[in-house]
Amino acid sequence: MAEVEAGTEAEATQATAAAGTGEAGTGGVGEKLGAVGQLRAGIRAYRMIAAMWIRSTMAYRASFAMAAFGNFAATGLDFVGILLMFSHVDALGGYTLPEVAFLYGTAGAAFGLADLVMGSMDRLGRRVRDGTLDTLLVRPVPVLAQIAADRFALRRLGRVTQGLLVLGYALVVLDIAWTPLKVLLVPVMILSGAVIFASVFVAGAAFQFWAQDASEVQNSFTYGGTTMLQYPPTVFAKDLVRGVTFVLPLAFVNWIPALYVLDLPYPLDLPSWFAFLPPVVAGVCCVPAGAAWRVGLRSYRSTGS
Amino acid sequence: MESDFIALDGVEKVFDVRRRTGRLRREKTRVRAVDGISFTVPRGEMVGYIGPNGAGKSTTIKMLTGILTPSGGRVRVAGIDPARERTRLARHIGVVFGQRTTLWWDLPLRDSYRLMHRMYRIPDDRFKANMARCVEQLDLGELLDVPVRQLSLGQRMRGDIAAALLHDPEVLYLDEPTIGLDVISKAKVRDFLRDLNAERGTTVLLTTHDLTDIEQLCKRVMVIDHGRLVYDGALAGLHEVGESERTLVVDLERELPPVEVAGARVLKVEGPRQWLAFPASVSAAPLVAAVAQRYPLVDLSVREPDIEAVIAKMYADRSAL
Repeated sequence: MAEVEAGTEAEATQATAAAGTGEAGTGGVGEKLGAVGQLRAGIRAYRMIAAMWIRSTMAYRASFAMAAFGNFAATGLDFVGILLMFSHVDALGGYTLPEVAFLYGTAGAAFGLADLVMGSMDRLGRRVRDGTLDTLLVRPVPVLAQIAADRFALRRLGRVTQGLLVLGYALVVLDIAWTPLKVLLVPVMILSGAVIFASVFVAGAAFQFWAQDASEVQNSFTYGGTTMLQYPPTVFAKDLVRGVTFVLPLAFVNWIPALYVLDLPYPLDLPSWFAFLPPVVAGVCCVPAGAAWRVGLRSYRSTGS
Repeated sequence: MESDFIALDGVEKVFDVRRRTGRLRREKTRVRAVDGISFTVPRGEMVGYIGPNGAGKSTTIKMLTGILTPSGGRVRVAGIDPARERTRLARHIGVVFGQRTTLWWDLPLRDSYRLMHRMYRIPDDRFKANMARCVEQLDLGELLDVPVRQLSLGQRMRGDIAAALLHDPEVLYLDEPTIGLDVISKAKVRDFLRDLNAERGTTVLLTTHDLTDIEQLCKRVMVIDHGRLVYDGALAGLHEVGESERTLVVDLERELPPVEVAGARVLKVEGPRQWLAFPASVSAAPLVAAVAQRYPLVDLSVREPDIEAVIAKMYADRSAL
């Protein structure tokens, strides 16, 4: 039973991430259901399938334990690298260690959450190639939810945990002039950031309907994007910063809101209310991601490959 | 609705296949996988759908289940347009892909059924009754607590068939349900399907390469080749279409030169026994009488043509065109 309960926990995170992406769900098959009904059907299916995968991994407890630890350790080593860097310098791009830890923690937690919920979507290409996607298409639940829950792995909690631990450290050490808005902004940016990443996962998966080996492209945006966001924006070229602000809006995952919380200047001259845009940006990101998914699924259903 | 429970009207599926012909050059060719197919299947019928590889069988099944959108024509299953209302249709149909299991590999068989129970929102009493029936008739009792990965191919196929039926589908599509199974497993699967069709009136459409499946299960057979329906009718009628021949085996009193009678030709002579071929569409009686009149006949038997040979001949004739 423990596994089933764990599945319900995962559902809570899904509810937030899917709030953005799930609605665009099933490629226009559930017209009768409406967006909300379809979202609920998607979340329900996601929970059921994720619970089945958790039970499946529990069939090999030892390997699960090792994978979970490995996941935690691998992401942890990542931060050790930053610690090592700070053992030689006092500041990175004008940022102190706790400030970088704040960026690291928020980016890590947001990405970890999206990865936990949507991380297996890059297996879609394989399912397209070996034809097992067809078995999902004959079921009465949204395909996007089935694909998102495919190979759901609790070991990915390692990344979220690690991100939250680093964030916890930053919050304890940093001397922030807290206001209610700032307090609210921290969870809001993590959840919005998770939705932004989730949109990238969905769009990347949609691309695999055409190019089945495209998962690396998507990874460069997700994994690469997180790594970038874990460092201060001041260390990057301005054009790159502009790109992730106005084109692929990853800067809204943490940079822009985090710098507001930290009272630090953003390299670009932006009005301060930009800091509160992450939920809006997240919502907007879901539109092209959902559209890409629909178009991809439609294309699959007309070409069969 | 009852007589055209499944209805296809001029259904087409055209694929654009891109092929690399040079470094950057790509050639686009249009492939008509399904080229104007029309048929209806009344509720409760059991139909065999056969054809060589690449004939368009799977493409048709995919359009009937809503996986693929037709390029042209009209498809209705239980009054539903599969491509437009795929998820709604899913509750009315059961699909078994012979080579792709939908069961959960690492979990006991029972868990996969539990997922179906919840995913299809099957009422508890119906689920229990259906489970009990499937477990009994498909002999699954001892397998329920075994992880699927430990099941044999035949056991897994039975498990998959049960999984497709728990929500009481009105139509069951089976894609190669007996592929790779041993003789006993095949017999079990066939018995079950026959009972299912007879007792519950489930409409069954099955594709197969094993013609024994068709002979034992289906009164009606459809043959598809190059995306077109080349035969639709009773199994027996295939013989006439395929211009097949029956064989008359005669045992004579002694070794004699090949028999000479009108309407038949000698295939083989082996001592006093001779094999004569004659068209399947004509009666054997006059032939037997003619032989008996002119030769010292001891015994005889008539062999029906091998359906496999008939269909092979049909395919060969068509591709020669």
